[in-house]
Amino acid sequence: MSTLNVNGQIHEIQVDPSTPVLWALRDNLGMSGTKFGCGMAMCGACTIHLNGQAVRSCVLPVSAVEGQAITTIEGAVGKADDRVARAVHEAWVKHDVAQCGYCQSGQIMSAISFLRTRPAGEKLTVEAIDAAMAGNICRCGTYARIRAAVLDAAANIA
Amino acid sequence: MTSPFDHLNADALASIAMPGAVPQDMPPMLARRLAVEHGSADGGSPPLSRRHFLKLGVGGGFALGLMPVLAAEEKAADTGAKPAAAQASGAAGGAPAAAGLKPFEQPSAFVRIDAEGIVTVVINRLDFGQGVQTGLPLILAEELDADWSKVRSTHGSNAPAYADPLFGMHLTGGSTAIKNSYAQYRELGARARAMLVAAAAERWNAPAASLSTAEGFVVAPDGRRAGYGELAEAAMRQPVPEKVTLKDPARFRLIGKPTGRLDAAAKSSGRQAYGIDTRLPGMLTAVVAHPPVFGAKLLSLDDSAAKAVAGVKAVLRIAGDRGADAVAIVAEGYWPAKMGRDALKLQWDLANVEKVDSQAQLAQYRELAKQPGPRRFKADVAAIDGAAKRIDAEFVFPYLAHASMEPLNCTLQWQDDRAELWVGTQMPGIETMAAAKELGLAPNQIAVHVQMAGGGFGRRGTPSSDVVIETCRIAKAMRGAGLRQPVRLVWSREDDMKGGYYRPMHLHTARIGLDADGKLLGWDHVIVGQSILAGTFFEARMVRNGVDMTMIEGMKEPYDLPLNLTTHHPKVNVPVLWWRSVGSTHTAFVMETLIDEIASAQGKDPVAWRLAQFGDAHPRHRDALKLAVEASGYGKRELPAGRAWGVAVHESFSTVVAIIAEASVVNGQPVLHKATAGVHCNRAVNPKSVEAQIQGAMLMGLSMCLPGVAITLKDGQVEQGNFDTYQVPRITAMPEVAVHIVPSTEPPTGIGEPGLPPLAPAFANAIAKATGKRLRVLPFSLA
Repeated sequence: MSTLNVNGQIHEIQVDPSTPVLWALRDNLGMSGTKFGCGMAMCGACTIHLNGQAVRSCVLPVSAVEGQAITTIEGAVGKADDRVARAVHEAWVKHDVAQCGYCQSGQIMSAISFLRTRPAGEKLTVEAIDAAMAGNICRCGTYARIRAAVLDAAANIA
Repeated sequence: MTSPFDHLNADALASIAMPGAVPQDMPPMLARRLAVEHGSADGGSPPLSRRHFLKLGVGGGFALGLMPVLAAEEKAADTGAKPAAAQASGAAGGAPAAAGLKPFEQPSAFVRIDAEGIVTVVINRLDFGQGVQTGLPLILAEELDADWSKVRSTHGSNAPAYADPLFGMHLTGGSTAIKNSYAQYRELGARARAMLVAAAAERWNAPAASLSTAEGFVVAPDGRRAGYGELAEAAMRQPVPEKVTLKDPARFRLIGKPTGRLDAAAKSSGRQAYGIDTRLPGMLTAVVAHPPVFGAKLLSLDDSAAKAVAGVKAVLRIAGDRGADAVAIVAEGYWPAKMGRDALKLQWDLANVEKVDSQAQLAQYRELAKQPGPRRFKADVAAIDGAAKRIDAEFVFPYLAHASMEPLNCTLQWQDDRAELWVGTQMPGIETMAAAKELGLAPNQIAVHVQMAGGGFGRRGTPSSDVVIETCRIAKAMRGAGLRQPVRLVWSREDDMKGGYYRPMHLHTARIGLDADGKLLGWDHVIVGQSILAGTFFEARMVRNGVDMTMIEGMKEPYDLPLNLTTHHPKVNVPVLWWRSVGSTHTAFVMETLIDEIASAQGKDPVAWRLAQFGDAHPRHRDALKLAVEASGYGKRELPAGRAWGVAVHESFSTVVAIIAEASVVNGQPVLHKATAGVHCNRAVNPKSVEAQIQGAMLMGLSMCLPGVAITLKDGQVEQGNFDTYQVPRITAMPEVAVHIVPSTEPPTGIGEPGLPPLAPAFANAIAKATGKRLRVLPFSLA
């Protein structure tokens, strides 16, 4: 039995300890907002927050996260009092970022983590955004709008 | 040459694809589709019964015209009678449809309005990012005079109504969704509007002609207003008008206005469900071990360790694609299935299968190119040999994987007399035929619920239906093992990337002769590449005189050239397929870089040379290029040191895109800094969507140029497997992009693909200008 703390809720699940958090979320907890893209931490579609840090859930076994705080896209965007998450979500909608949208849960989780942890007052550059978002692949090519949305979200939480 | 499908007419396709495939009398499907649409957002709840839906319909609002269909169906079910086609298309139960209307002209199958006035529009295409999920409702809502804030969208199915109105088959491809359904969705909206007006006229006892509509209301001359929601039920009982008058486009208030996607919020919160998210009660998950070489058979299988993995329910040998063997592991979830697959001990027979080696293949293609093949264009090439100036060029393009972000998947629920599929597919009618054949069912016993897809770029429109067939074979094998649960097949990234159906590898050779003044004397051209269509049902119509029309599209036009073009289609043990913009992925590069060389040989500016060629004969090319030139500042703005301008113009899928590129060499690598597009797609239905598609297509065009994007084979095995070895561009490679649209009031043309083809040649032309070196091998290398 493994214990997962997801979006503030405790779940007991019966899985092999090697099971990646991604598949525990999707197949055992029925939370499908976190996406399977590559299975080797190359594309970022499965990005979640572990204790507030962006991590790739497709290579993170449940045995490594017992009791630690996992936040998924559902938990991050669903929380009304999370200024950063709300600003990112709203910027993504305003800039019509998504095309197929499959990678966007991961993109948004990376953007939230980036904006939450960057030094306050530092001028935001495209280079800094690119460095922060380079782990997330978008095959539709929404990168220009991702840049615009991150800039906009940053301005709104400043 | 425009779309690969332009070579087909409706009759041709009807004869090969539709008839019999999806018969007209398919009301259970409609009911199931509706039931699923009323299910939970993840599309995974069990379908509601038809009776349940009926109750839901009566209690919760009204479905314009759909109620009679269901009522008729219930009645038929009660009496055991088979509903007739006319009933299925909305003619029964008190809403007499116009008998002259085809299923795709009946608003009943496309528009639902509930008591609160929420308008749900069913789209007849797969949305895999291109935005038709918003574009088609926008067109319908314009004529309906709907309140856009109350418009929703949902996917269709394999029901006959959702066939392409021109092709007669279910198809998302060739950038045709808006182009072919613009008139259709306008008329659907106008018919529904007329029915709402008729209902208000009846209620107010006023002549319908005296009433008007505005943003979800019918309005009387005296100012009385009735919302569409409150009129909907009565509107359903009105006759469906056969002829309708469409709006004067001068009065458009939605079409032409930049509009955000209807799914933007769902896709920015993890709430959007895709095919891979399908969950059915009791569902099992399957992964499949495919052979390392296409078509290989199994010598031996030891599944003892795999069967011992907790959660594994069965290990099943199945027939694979292209005569291969395959082994499916069925388990309670993806991870146990994958653990089971990892534990398999498999020996494959690689001795009796053709093993491709990319290097040897290229050498063979070069040999082939020395001889002319089947001819597409004829011209006298005698003068080339003695020409004062010569351009001799060879171009090489590798295999490309689509690498959509959502790996391929399909979910099947199979009961004895019917089967339902949940799959993001570009061709639900073709999948229907394939599933029916595999499962031993009639096509009208198959329901395909089209699911939002995480990209596709052509890979979800595979004529061989490889993924659907694999799912069906697993389900059949499961029955043999006593398992009757629904099954979801999921391919890993490696399965997807190594699974074939690539943009074919191509070799082009060109011999061009010019006289001392630069006048073109002759152009002899050979293309070598596998035929995408060989062996598919498209072959009969789209392979002409031995030439696959999808391979040569984009050659020659719009230029007046003495072009002699022949082709070779070698048979190679690598499955191939269309890839966003199909033949133009390579023909545009070859044409637009060679045109640049010819202009250069004549001492002309490449923009001026093209404009002179286009003249007034090709006004859309001219206007697209002029717009890109003006917007980019080409030739007027000083570029930073080391940067150079490049230009390319290409028509594909009836749309012309001109790109002005700014590029330089950084650390020995070609870098694209900025791309400015001028787009002529006739009327832009949703300029925001046009911009997104051009931006995205340009990035995908760039992906062909940058190092790391190529599929190669050694000993018959694909050498790439994931994003570590197939390195698609990341945000760091994204150039500055600007998209400008030529204003037009002509009926819209395609936009999903045309932004891709001109990007690579514009980039290469800029690098040639900056360095003097012509890049002719993709991906680019200056080494």
